Amino acid sequence: MAELLDFELVSPERRLARATVAMVVVPGSEGDFGVLPGHAPMMSTIRPGAIHIHETDGGPATMRFFVDGGFAEVTETGLTILAEKATPVAEIDVAAVASQLAAARTAGDDAAIARLEAMQAAATN
Amino acid sequence: MPSLKSLKTRITSVKSTQKITKAMKMVAAAKLRRAQEAAEAARPYSERMAAVMASLASRVTVGPESPRLLAGTGKDQVHLLVICSSERGLAGGFNSNIAKLARRTLEELLAQGKTVKLLFVGKKARAPFARTHKELIVGTVDMSHIKQVGFADAKAVADDVVARFEAGEFDVAHLFFSTFRSALNQEPTRLQIIPAALGSGSSGTDAAVEYEPGEDAILEDLLPRNLAVQVFRALLENAASEQGSRMTAMDNATRNAGDMINRLTITYNRTRQAAITKELIEIISGAEAL
Repeated sequence: MAELLDFELVSPERRLARATVAMVVVPGSEGDFGVLPGHAPMMSTIRPGAIHIHETDGGPATMRFFVDGGFAEVTETGLTILAEKATPVAEIDVAAVASQLAAARTAGDDAAIARLEAMQAAATN
Repeated sequence: MPSLKSLKTRITSVKSTQKITKAMKMVAAAKLRRAQEAAEAARPYSERMAAVMASLASRVTVGPESPRLLAGTGKDQVHLLVICSSERGLAGGFNSNIAKLARRTLEELLAQGKTVKLLFVGKKARAPFARTHKELIVGTVDMSHIKQVGFADAKAVADDVVARFEAGEFDVAHLFFSTFRSALNQEPTRLQIIPAALGSGSSGTDAAVEYEPGEDAILEDLLPRNLAVQVFRALLENAASEQGSRMTAMDNATRNAGDMINRLTITYNRTRQAAITKELIEIISGAEAL
């Protein structure tokens, strides 16, 4: 068994998840990046998208969270994600997102469109 | 000497007041626990955020090109005081302590010839300033419909402050709130939020940290977030302080009511006895006269 990574997902209101996992794929603002144990320390901002958490080495993504943007910090010991809002992907209401997206398109709210499109993509994949 | 009847009404009235203060104390104690839990749950985020900000600050030199939230406008003529208080009274010295600290700062700044603007979160600290410095008040955020402060509420306040800053309405912003130490001890606190006062970061381990995008871009993204986190923390501390202060105040009130009932009961019994004695004397002396 390979080394594991300490993963923490924190929102301003409470700690949402804390686990020891094999790999996490983070939607960084300059492209997705995977974090494995022993990753070099780095900090990155996050764009709206899904975080994929692989609990076992080489296994499928077992937990997925949609984050509205935030901040990821990789230290020698693990990965901390500070997200203002995070929802488990399974809890995304696809129909509600679609109707909000339509509303945002008619209102021409670019930020909301990008956010909702990312949410839709996360839910359908 | 008050009549027996008026004493009795008085005792009943104090007793019902005591019931109310006792109930308020119990409610405050329950709410205090919830507020403390909320503050506890929010701690990991704000601690991480502070650590990240500190380590970033140690790598970025503040210059004219730095984000304005960090570097300021280069002036300190116009000050904005963001004063957080509660929506309800009967919380001991909670609101007046915050107002007192804010007033002291306000008077210092005015004495230095600065321009001051006041923004209130929660209406209770507003009243004393509305009497004396009405023209300085730029807004009040109504929190009365919010039962449990959420991050979205704090973010709304922070966004408002940032928007005013971007519009050039002020140069320096201070946040006033009450730090929760214990149920008995809350400390009114003043915190400078704009330009951001960052702790001198020396986390030591940030030797080879990679930043994506660059440090400056991250800083620019994080500064408004950090502001929201600071406001959120202040609101949570305030919520816990308010309940703690109310609990202590109501506990005192309940005890005072108890003392008062004892005193009144003694007076009542003495008066009753005096009346009986007087009646007896009247009967005896009447009988002797025959």
